[in-house]
Amino acid sequence: MLLEKHQELITELLSRYPVKRSALLPLLNLAQREEGYVSEAAMKEIAKILDLTPPQVYETATFYTMLNLKPIGKFHIQICKSIMCGLVGSDDLIQWLQNRLGIRVGQTTGDRLFTLSAVECLGSCGTAPMMQINDDYYEQLTAEKVGRVLEDLRREGTSPLKSGPFMFPQPAGSR
Amino acid sequence: MPQYEKILLKNMEQPGYSGSLQDYERTGGYQALRKVLKGISPADVTDIVKNSGLRGRGGAGFPTGVKWSFVPKDHPGPKYLCCNADESEPGTFKDRQLMERDPHQLLEGMVLTCYAIGAQTGYIYIRGEFRLGATILERAIEEAKQAGYIGQNVLGSGLTANIYVHAGAGAYICGEETALLESLEGKRGMPRFKPPFPATHGLYQQPTVVNNVETLANIPHIVTRGAEWFASIGAPPRSTGTRIFCLSGHVKWPGNYEVPMGITFRELIFENGGGMRSDSKKLKGIIPGGASAAFFTEEHLDVKLDFESVAQAGSMLGSGGVTVMEEGTSMVWAAMRLMEFFYHESCGKCTPCREGSSWLLQTLQRIWARRGRAEDLDMLLDLCKNIEGRTICAFGDAEVAPVVSTLRYWRNEYEELIREAEVTRPAKGEIPVFTH
Ligand SMILES: Cc1cc2nc3c(=O)[nH]c(=O)nc-3n(C[C@H](O)[C@H](O)[C@H](O)COP(=O)(O)O)c2cc1C
Ligand code: FES
Repeated sequence: MLLEKHQELITELLSRYPVKRSALLPLLNLAQREEGYVSEAAMKEIAKILDLTPPQVYETATFYTMLNLKPIGKFHIQICKSIMCGLVGSDDLIQWLQNRLGIRVGQTTGDRLFTLSAVECLGSCGTAPMMQINDDYYEQLTAEKVGRVLEDLRREGTSPLKSGPFMFPQPAGSR
Repeated sequence: MPQYEKILLKNMEQPGYSGSLQDYERTGGYQALRKVLKGISPADVTDIVKNSGLRGRGGAGFPTGVKWSFVPKDHPGPKYLCCNADESEPGTFKDRQLMERDPHQLLEGMVLTCYAIGAQTGYIYIRGEFRLGATILERAIEEAKQAGYIGQNVLGSGLTANIYVHAGAGAYICGEETALLESLEGKRGMPRFKPPFPATHGLYQQPTVVNNVETLANIPHIVTRGAEWFASIGAPPRSTGTRIFCLSGHVKWPGNYEVPMGITFRELIFENGGGMRSDSKKLKGIIPGGASAAFFTEEHLDVKLDFESVAQAGSMLGSGGVTVMEEGTSMVWAAMRLMEFFYHESCGKCTPCREGSSWLLQTLQRIWARRGRAEDLDMLLDLCKNIEGRTICAFGDAEVAPVVSTLRYWRNEYEELIREAEVTRPAKGEIPVFTH
């Protein structure tokens, strides 16, 4: 249960807003971090915490594409398919990923490790093509780099190829 | 490459600059706030911003000081500031850099704005995908609180300015200011009818200012160096200051370039961006201001990047995203790919947008799949006419811009595909249709 586990955080979140309902997205995001998706039980609990009805929570949750209402794989690969990425090869990468993982966009691998989604612009079009996996961005992708990221994730659960604080282009003389 | 004095990216481009409070203070950070609290009235801060000519960097380009002055001074209840950090307009990636590399610049701008409009609370509505940015901002807020720049009794002045990060959960429309407010209230992010405007009836129906990240990041510099200084940069009197243009697509060096407004597309693309990615290919098209802006052609290369010039040439400066397309790019494909975005992101509130985006997409897909019909082009234009200007927010105008402008400049490409209609598969070497 969310409340039991995150009492302090939830109290702090609620204190940020004069109206309880404003904490709805933060709580839905929290629930998703907890379980990988937003379960019906979590929505019911959130409704209780915020004095809402479960349909009010559900109607809001269904509006936002980041909220998964069904379980997904451990690593959620969201590759950008919008036009700026498309201009520099994202379609080929999506194809490559489908082949490598043996699944289509929208599916999860049999071992429940990877779910593949093709999404709209993630705000990193200057370093395209790009993808997000769980919290992390991976940019200036090539098939080779994506392959390495997948291997890292399989082995270590994380990859050093993820982006740090963003600045592009890097000014001459830095680093 | 010509060098211009940068304002917003100056600090972060110093070697070793980490964006910590210490770094920010060392480069003169929070001096604007100290200066104001020593005796510049809120009305005077608003006047300084008004006189600087600063206009919003989020898309619409509304004069910032004027917007602030619409907030009622004698309002008995709370007022709010919302920083629009939704940055979801395809082609735009500047706010991300401003937040991740120099968060205190934004925070100082927000505290100053809270002071000017009399708000005690500011929310940063950041798109949910920017997890790193949100974490960096949370940390910076903590630092600033410890140092007394944020919170109760800022620097002992009696000013209260609480600032919170509020993450969205994936919806482009939440960048529209009233949809942002709905979302911040915990609802579906659907735009509100205007008027009333947020300045009088905003968050929780209280007076509210919504400003973009880049807009707010300019405030400390304007306060420190003065309205006249700012107004002398760029293309005064209507387009003052610098802009961070986000260059993407088929250029050699894509990325964020902060330049004074009023340089030409040619300078931005060929000097800053190093020209075309492939020397043998000519430039074919430009999206001048994010996905919502009407396309330009190579004939527009000498148009100046300021609000008026771009508008006069038939498009808009928008969010500052400039995308370059080389020879060989299918403009029908480009319009279709953009329409996939608009179809996916239409919030569904207004019928012309909800139904129209689906019709537009289906028609474009049909043409691209070589199954178009001769009458499709007129139908596309007719659909656009029935969407534009008939929706609550500017999303409707945005979604028709790529269709109308590609049809204006590259109608022959559409006609050619329709002539090929009996061939059902895309020819070899062309960008494949991606469907799922
Ligand atoms: C569909 C739509 C999406 C928008 N997305 C954004 C956005 O992501 N970021 C932003 O700052 N402004 C966005 N805007 C503009 C805002 O509505 C608003 O004009 C802006 O935040 C005001 O701030 P400014 O005056 O500082 O530019 C969008 C507008 C529309 C119609
Ligand atoms: S188009 Fe892919 S990140 Fe913007």
